[in-house]
Amino acid sequence: MARNKGRDKPEINSSSMADIAFLLLIFFLVTTTIANDRGLSLQLPPNPEDIENIDIKIPERNLFKIQINSADRMLVEGEPFERDVKELREMIKEFVLNNGRDPESSDTPKEAIVSLKTDRGTSQEKYIEVLDEIQGAYYDMYAARIGVTNKQWRELASDLTDPENKRLYDEGRGLKDGQLEFPMNVSIAEPTKIGG
Amino acid sequence: MSKFKKKANTKQDIPTSALPDIIFMLLFFFMVTTVLREVTINVKQRIPDATQLRKLQRKSLVSYLYIGEPKKTDQWGSEPRVQANDVFIEPSDVILWVTTEKDKLNEVERDQITIAMKVDREAKRGLVADVELELRKANARKLLYTTLQEMDE
Repeated sequence: MARNKGRDKPEINSSSMADIAFLLLIFFLVTTTIANDRGLSLQLPPNPEDIENIDIKIPERNLFKIQINSADRMLVEGEPFERDVKELREMIKEFVLNNGRDPESSDTPKEAIVSLKTDRGTSQEKYIEVLDEIQGAYYDMYAARIGVTNKQWRELASDLTDPENKRLYDEGRGLKDGQLEFPMNVSIAEPTKIGG
Repeated sequence: MSKFKKKANTKQDIPTSALPDIIFMLLFFFMVTTVLREVTINVKQRIPDATQLRKLQRKSLVSYLYIGEPKKTDQWGSEPRVQANDVFIEPSDVILWVTTEKDKLNEVERDQITIAMKVDREAKRGLVADVELELRKANARKLLYTTLQEMDE
């Protein structure tokens, strides 16, 4: 071996690198999940035991009633609703922005209330679908009031530590003298016990 | 020429020296985009889609509730249950659970606790509403229904 002397540098066998990498990969695949921290944000009403005045007369015109039964069928303003749920968005916007024009529709956005009543047997899927459209209608209106898109409104509403975001958020909701001119009046009623 | 063909006796090995690099790339991807799971979810979770998604403001102020049909139906039945921190609880236990979760937080931040509810699409509104009632009594009113982003058609 006189010719090869000094030429072959001894190398560490790196064929097991792939095995080590596979092991680590399988470990991470098994022990981790892709985090999901997004969803529909909601503020629940106060403790029912704390509410003092129960009887507040709300005129029928200021109430937009949506009802879902245990078979996930809907009644909107008393009429069966067989159309695409997405059409609710325009209907709600029309209702809230009525400002007294149509005597059957709301007086002002401040007094307009969207009421969602479900049954104990209603599926979460249908409930979320309808809630999505209700929130969508309000977010669209807020976004239009300050000249941003729906997506931008949701982003700025999610980070109110930024003073500019807070200012836009309050402006969109019409905060004047501590009162909101355009509150998000969504009433989620206690589910009825009629269906399964 | 002989009657028998001479077979060529060469072998070509595909170089697999790039394999570890590919695996490492996959590994880094998973290390960066995932979170170590802390709770084993024992209920079926088929999360509904929605469009009006908002992000959680502060991850440290969130507590999770999982609602759905149990995965092990022979042991737990097929009625939707509520799971909090690895155990199944009844809606009546929710107030106690909320107090425990609030105790883990700073005094000042207790009121800003958000409850993230991961509800299966087939779970009934009745059970979810019972839990919501208990949350109202426990003064944990900030709620988030976890949903997936609906793909625009």
